[in-house]
Amino acid sequence: MAKHATPKLDQLESGPWPSFVSDIKQEAESRTKNPKGLDYQIPVDCPSDLLGVLELSYTDGETHWKHGGIVGVFGYGGGVIGRYCDQPEMFPGVAHFHTVRINQPAAKYYSTDFLRQICDMWDLRGSGLTNMHGSTGDIVLLGTQTAQLEEIFHEITHKMNTDLGGSGSNLRTPESCLGSSRCEYACYDAQDLCYNLTMEFQDELHRPAFPYKFKFKFDACPNGCVAAIARSDFAVIGTWKDDIRIDQAAVKAYVGGEFKPNAGAHAGRDWGKFDIVEEVVKRCPTKCMTWTGSELRINNKECTRCMHCINTMPRACRIGNERGASILLGAKAPVLDGAQMGSLLVPFIEVSEPYDEIKDLIGKIWDWWMEEGKNRERIGETMKRLSFQKLLEVTGIEAMPQHVCEPRHNPYMFFKEEEVPGGWNRDIAAYRKRHLR
Amino acid sequence: MASITYKGHEFEVDEDGFLLRFDDWNPDWMEYVKDSEGITDITPDHQKILDFLQDYYRKNGIAPMVRILSKNTGFKLKEVYELFPSGPGKGACKMSGLPKPTGCV
Repeated sequence: MAKHATPKLDQLESGPWPSFVSDIKQEAESRTKNPKGLDYQIPVDCPSDLLGVLELSYTDGETHWKHGGIVGVFGYGGGVIGRYCDQPEMFPGVAHFHTVRINQPAAKYYSTDFLRQICDMWDLRGSGLTNMHGSTGDIVLLGTQTAQLEEIFHEITHKMNTDLGGSGSNLRTPESCLGSSRCEYACYDAQDLCYNLTMEFQDELHRPAFPYKFKFKFDACPNGCVAAIARSDFAVIGTWKDDIRIDQAAVKAYVGGEFKPNAGAHAGRDWGKFDIVEEVVKRCPTKCMTWTGSELRINNKECTRCMHCINTMPRACRIGNERGASILLGAKAPVLDGAQMGSLLVPFIEVSEPYDEIKDLIGKIWDWWMEEGKNRERIGETMKRLSFQKLLEVTGIEAMPQHVCEPRHNPYMFFKEEEVPGGWNRDIAAYRKRHLR
Repeated sequence: MASITYKGHEFEVDEDGFLLRFDDWNPDWMEYVKDSEGITDITPDHQKILDFLQDYYRKNGIAPMVRILSKNTGFKLKEVYELFPSGPGKGACKMSGLPKPTGCV
């Protein structure tokens, strides 16, 4: 017998998609039965009360969480998101419902042993509910009380060798695509770079020192499986400098129909026989490909490495051998001055351990932004306010055509005084000698 | 909201233990809060940070950015955490009676 009637939520148990309502009910039931005989450290009916408060929100169309909440563990300024219910009498099980962010392994590979340890700890000290994972990447432990925070922190650090993730005005938890672990497009080891930089910048991650939040994401190729270009202030996106490697025999196999285009991604519908000219050559954004009828040719000088031909014929076209990454800066959501995606800062950078070049660049960017950034101003907004040119100056990068998608169309150009013969100090009297009033 | 009585003073606080009104602050408040913030004794170094926070808040109506706190007090962030284990927001701001930090925490 459920603690609260939830007629609206019950409707979300029908239909084919995995129902979060059924899952929460299952957890509520398991906690009531307590087959392992656990000494639950927060109320047993926490998940039931969560359903109760959610049903109430469904009924009146308003949230029932109070504003904000500041809780944490000693030594860190972030990692825990405090939350309190605004109806604690009605739903005592979620009077406190703090979220704990736990730093996940890069690309989210797990052993059941590790996940079991997390679950055992969370069953005892939390609600038993999670997000796998938060949008930034963290394992999210959803709902516990203040007294449990230090206990949880002690257990994950001492028994699981695992740390909290980031929150607040700091470096947030970095994440990567699965990179070379199981993708033939990976231009660098995205997981390793992600792990390496996470460890390098632990201080910046745990103790907010920035004007605002800052995120790293690592895509190993331009397909952007971790959406670095849209969801990280500092995006590293893999690419290559030399030629696409073509296996002409494999190209013929695609043309002959032995190999399915896009690895069979469009098998759900009859798109007709594979047509290499229509589906690859004509789709190329720079039109740098030709199909002679027996051979595929690519003018690599004109290729922008958009991945389309490689995506379409993965067994015939491969990334080049001179690999590295591009770095794009400044992506952010709309608040305050509009959404931004990353702008190209470094077209090509070597990506190899110990990643000093990348770390140096990050250091230069942070030095500038920590000094110049206003309170709650993302790096993308600082770039807008103080100009892309300033960013190039502080990072010591030479301006190049690749930095713009098009040159400015307004003539409001600033010049440095030293660039202009005679400088800015002029005498009006000298001018008047030539031009009477 | 809870109210706390300590050494004859009454303090109204929220769930996170922040003072509801800055004007309610008095030195006994620091004494009361320090244990829950992992601080044994309030040293002159603690006092320097707390005083700066209060001055800045009185003048500007907001808490200073971390960078400004470090610059003006001369304490690096690491030293601030050595003094206030929960950090400048949860630790120092709470003890100095400033309102609770908000936003994407």
